[in-house]
Amino acid sequence: MKNSENKGGNEAIASLPPSTESAIELKNITKRFGHVVANSDVNLKVRTGTIHGIVGENGAGKSTLMNILFGLYKPDSGMIFLNGKAVDVNSPEKSIALGIGMVHQHFMLVPTFTVLENAMLGNEGSMLLRSGEEVVLDRLKGLSNNYGLDVDFEAIISDTPVGMQQRVEILKALNRGAKILILDEPTGVLTPQETIGLFDILRSLREQGVTIILITHKLKEIMSITDTVSVMRGGKVVADFSTEKTSPEELAENMVGRKVLLSIKKPILKVGKPVLEVKNVSHESKDGVLVLKNISFDLKEGEILGIAGVAGNGQSELLDILSGIETLQRGQITVNDKTILPFQDWNSKKAREFGVAHVPEDRHKRGLVLPFYNYENSILGYHRNEDYSSGFLMDKRKILNFVDDLVENFDVRPRSSSISSGKLSGGNQQKLVLAREIESNPNILLVGQPTRGVDIGAIERIYADLMKLKSKGTAILLVSVELDEIMSLSDRIVVMNQGTIVGETNSSNATELELGKMMSGLEQV
Amino acid sequence: MLESFQIIISLLDSTIRIATPLIFCAMAGIFSERSGIIDIGLEGKMLLSAFVAATATFLTGSPIFGLFAAILVSCSASLIHGFACITNKGDQVISGLAINILASGLTITLGIALFSRGGQTPPLASEQRFMPIDFPFLDQLSFVPVFGELFVEVISGHNILVYLSVLAVFFTYYVIFKTRFGLRLRAVGEKPEAVDTAGISVIKMRYQSILIAGMLCGLAGAYLSIAHGAGFGREMSAGKGYIALAAMIFGKWNPIPTLFACLLFGFLEALGVRLEGVELIWIGEVPVQVMQALPYVLTVVLLAGFIGKARAPGAIGVPYSKEG
Repeated sequence: MKNSENKGGNEAIASLPPSTESAIELKNITKRFGHVVANSDVNLKVRTGTIHGIVGENGAGKSTLMNILFGLYKPDSGMIFLNGKAVDVNSPEKSIALGIGMVHQHFMLVPTFTVLENAMLGNEGSMLLRSGEEVVLDRLKGLSNNYGLDVDFEAIISDTPVGMQQRVEILKALNRGAKILILDEPTGVLTPQETIGLFDILRSLREQGVTIILITHKLKEIMSITDTVSVMRGGKVVADFSTEKTSPEELAENMVGRKVLLSIKKPILKVGKPVLEVKNVSHESKDGVLVLKNISFDLKEGEILGIAGVAGNGQSELLDILSGIETLQRGQITVNDKTILPFQDWNSKKAREFGVAHVPEDRHKRGLVLPFYNYENSILGYHRNEDYSSGFLMDKRKILNFVDDLVENFDVRPRSSSISSGKLSGGNQQKLVLAREIESNPNILLVGQPTRGVDIGAIERIYADLMKLKSKGTAILLVSVELDEIMSLSDRIVVMNQGTIVGETNSSNATELELGKMMSGLEQV
Repeated sequence: MLESFQIIISLLDSTIRIATPLIFCAMAGIFSERSGIIDIGLEGKMLLSAFVAATATFLTGSPIFGLFAAILVSCSASLIHGFACITNKGDQVISGLAINILASGLTITLGIALFSRGGQTPPLASEQRFMPIDFPFLDQLSFVPVFGELFVEVISGHNILVYLSVLAVFFTYYVIFKTRFGLRLRAVGEKPEAVDTAGISVIKMRYQSILIAGMLCGLAGAYLSIAHGAGFGREMSAGKGYIALAAMIFGKWNPIPTLFACLLFGFLEALGVRLEGVELIWIGEVPVQVMQALPYVLTVVLLAGFIGKARAPGAIGVPYSKEG
């Protein structure tokens, strides 16, 4: 702790001249977890004062590599050079002392602490908090002004928006004197506006000589902010590019190892009659907060309605009510001409009977029982179906027949009905859930975050399946925090903010900027 | 009138005596649980250290020696707990329970083996105990009405450990909320990942916290057998560790409210002893068991409805592991 104690981030950064030599060089890094090789013979070079992107699918080894650089994991073999000197980064303490800071995908902030307490943790300035706070606050205010890291030092972290939490994370790293900053999927939780703000901060950090490594799966971001980019696949760095000289298509191809169709062909269909009508639905959470306020919309046959919004603005509650998980409290829902009134008997079993299928937002919590086998998970919710059960006993042979076809048709890998679903990758788990729901032949499909934590290859497949379903005339309600996804899949888009619908637009004339403004509640349309 | 004043004075006096081990243990609990380690073994550590304090004092004749022996043994029990659930990531409740069972059996077995008195240690002479300390100016003050009497009977005339327990509360408050160590300790109990990535060892922080808890439990045990009492009796901790745990939850893991919770529980017990066999108007004689159950009932009732939700430290009970 001693070495990180007396470092003011500011001076350390300013004294570093921009140069072309490499700030970081990783040589032949290999890391295994049991039999799994997470990183195999990885070489990486990042020049001082640049923004270097690392892209790759889930499980490609990006996070492992960065955790090695940050000292959280020990590599089995390989060398790390900082500014040309070989170093042994065996703990976060060491890496912090060497000037490496990391902003993790899941923030490392203490939710009950203030912004200041979080930012000073690990470099408190003094044994006693009061005298330390004065010293650190001065330093933090300097950093905050310098880089446009706008935060409220008195606020409790759990009350602050994620955008601010992220700025606190960056401040925290700078407070400890970071000259190299690693950001792991930093934009996953941000609105488009917040993302622009973050990128401005990153640019101003780069101007002052900070070296930045940006890990992301969003190719658009790589193209817009990085100087150089490395692509990882299967634990290896498979390609390095100068950002100017590459394209999203080329990056995607390297990520997946084959050509990927990033654009979606939307089948043009005449939309039919409304099958789902939601009228003035309001909902109070258990804590007495009004999480939905007078929501009204309708969804027609063969239509995809996208619900855009930053996570936590009522979308989850809306899905819960429509799928029968939550009781309807106020308002009215009409499903295929059947009307549901508040506090009426409405549950997920009934929803299925009415032709509503649901791909839940959180597949681990609600979509699957992870230790169950694929064949068990594939009939969850449909287990009463006479095809699979004779009232009391399940007919395993019929189930297995069904599931063997299912994993084949929907490309669930490995193609096994008797592997526990927890062992599948995120993308294949999602394909399994989607397959189950599509196979029930719904005429309304509710889909929440269909591609969260899913890699590009699987995304391609999931989008194609959704389009196929749409062309059969199924109405699809798509809830997603990924704006790109909403824009490319939907016919119509409604935007939710703080439990209300703040705008509606056709996807053909929607722009990201406009939607982003609505999502952040700045603009009512 | 005068008589009821006397009753109140003597009730307050016993409240303090009864609350002292609760206070030590509850502060121990705060240190341990604020760092994320459930400490259900307060009871066992107190019992062990009570036994060791009495034994060591009897063998050497020095209560100071007994006190240090008690602290040493209690800290060792903490280390066992730590080895099981910090180093080896075991279940903290199970490990704590194991310490309680171990203490209960070991003290009796060793007691019988050493002294053959059915598990008791031989009685200690008064110079082998921490005896009451009288404050100066008692004679002059005793003439002052009300306050004087309060001072003489309630504030003055306790053994050194009683005063130490009050100091322990302020020590706990100061360390936890005013120092760098305290900030890190709270952080490690709420979100150990944040501490780890700040370059601070989670394991080391947690061991330090439970060692402090061990010391405080040692003081509680020593109080029972060589200060308040004059020797060890089997199961003499009699559930005080659990009451301290309840007081800590009642006080929402904050030292000052926890102090008052300990005093309240001490008062209830003092009242219970006082009311034993006494006929109350309308109610009649209250069974002892009802009074003994009161602290627990009160905790449940108050936590359920009156003082709001008690929020435990975020990472409590969860062993910290880096890789997944």
